[in-house]
Amino acid sequence: MTTNTTAAYQNSFLREVEAHVEEGAWVKMCMQCGVCAGSCPFGPHWEHSPQKIFMMIRAGKREEVLRSDSMWMCTSCYNCLVRCPRKLPITHIMHGLAHYAHRLGLAPKGQPTRESARLFWNNCIKHGRINELKFTLALYFKDGLAQGIKNALAMQGIGLAMLKAKRLNPFAIFGGHQCKDKSGIQKIVAKARELEAKRQEQAA
Amino acid sequence: MKEYAFYPGCSSQKGDSADNFLRSIDVVCKKLDIKLNEIPDWNCCGASIAYGEGGELPRLALGARNLALTEEKLPGQDMVSVCPACWLANRETVERLHQQPQLHTDVNLALAEAGLNYKGTAKPRHFIEVLVEDIGWESMKAPVVKSLEGIKIAGYVGCQTNRPFGMMGESFENPVYLDNMINMVGAEAVPYDQKVTCCGGALAFSEPDKAQKQIRDIVESAYDHGAEMIVTPCQLCQANVEVYQSEINKKQGTQFNMPVVYYTQLMSVAYGGSAKDAGLDGQVIKAAKLESIAMK
Ligand code: SF4
Ligand code: SF4
Repeated sequence: MTTNTTAAYQNSFLREVEAHVEEGAWVKMCMQCGVCAGSCPFGPHWEHSPQKIFMMIRAGKREEVLRSDSMWMCTSCYNCLVRCPRKLPITHIMHGLAHYAHRLGLAPKGQPTRESARLFWNNCIKHGRINELKFTLALYFKDGLAQGIKNALAMQGIGLAMLKAKRLNPFAIFGGHQCKDKSGIQKIVAKARELEAKRQEQAA
Repeated sequence: MKEYAFYPGCSSQKGDSADNFLRSIDVVCKKLDIKLNEIPDWNCCGASIAYGEGGELPRLALGARNLALTEEKLPGQDMVSVCPACWLANRETVERLHQQPQLHTDVNLALAEAGLNYKGTAKPRHFIEVLVEDIGWESMKAPVVKSLEGIKIAGYVGCQTNRPFGMMGESFENPVYLDNMINMVGAEAVPYDQKVTCCGGALAFSEPDKAQKQIRDIVESAYDHGAEMIVTPCQLCQANVEVYQSEINKKQGTQFNMPVVYYTQLMSVAYGGSAKDAGLDGQVIKAAKLESIAMK
């Protein structure tokens, strides 16, 4: 897909983003003022601020953008979005880019937020609601058993405190809160995935 | 009595991380004659990290299922959330499907698989909007029987209650409704500079060090400005800012021990509710001063 897509857009990564990324049509509106870069709470930890990412898209730096872990550093604080003088929906574009890179398999492997997003979504679709205990355990054990035990031990003080405060239910491991119509939810999501894939194809 | 369709969200369920929030909301609703009717079989809103695996259409379809259920099962009732992330996801779904009719059509094709249809009439609102706009400050103050006088509180609004939609047309940089609620129950809202700072949100799990830096700034500023307690409207803010204080102490040698409670817990105590009614037994860091007022 990677080479085909590039070919289809005659090397215009901007046009590819406009066609395939959620809210991607806004990218060209960026005037490079830097307000978003200065507003981002995780800014100091990003390799590329939204401002830089948008510049790189226009400069056709496809690989660099899609392999960047910057989009995965977005906490969804919406600071940039409410401040952008051009009203770009920056948060959504960052999410859209992250998802597009994930779908193409270009997003950084083992990136922690990418992993936790995947676990969260799977947990959510399976039960219809988030099972906080299973989600937490899955996160601790995402890097394998040994690391998981280490992670869980490091956090056991917090876990025990939450348990004492009755805010973590140990029996949730046997089920916990769920939706009744789980199969309906799974059908809705499957159909939505199918339609989204079709839209992506038509855009190409 | 005012009735609403209620979308509780995952973290406010019994035995989950904001279990105590829901108990305090019950007290507030009883006193103010508000009836929250739980939306039958509601599902998770996807929260702010659904985009990673869920993409656009599946994520919006998940949100639209709740809107469709509200329209069908509780027609004419506004859809009220107490969780900012849920409220935001619901509002975003409404906005996006309204702006892009093709997405609305596709979402309904997906919903049809489960016999549902989203018309576009459900109206998501935040519980604070219900309190301020429908009940009003006067009536909200009327049931106060115990003043929380003498407690200095840092009102921590955080991100998603405040951005991108915000409330009652207030400023994104310095909203005052939470301070007004603190003052309403007789406590003192201290001015400090981290009122709308991000706590790291869902990245507290995946990027703990970066999130803990944010949390440290927030707690430190609250201390520096004389606060004895932090109050928040957000489940994720509450959990992050409260439970990681011990981690920060361990790693960075600080001595944080700042209680973090919900605005509804303040109201419950001020309305004469017991510590248990107010869910104060659910604090990881005990809110001792509030408990002693509740026991008086
Ligand atoms: S704030 Fe808006 S216009 Fe300015 S650099 Fe960021 S995206 Fe571009
Ligand atoms: S929404 Fe994301 S990109 Fe925008 S300022 Fe917040 S963390 Fe940064």
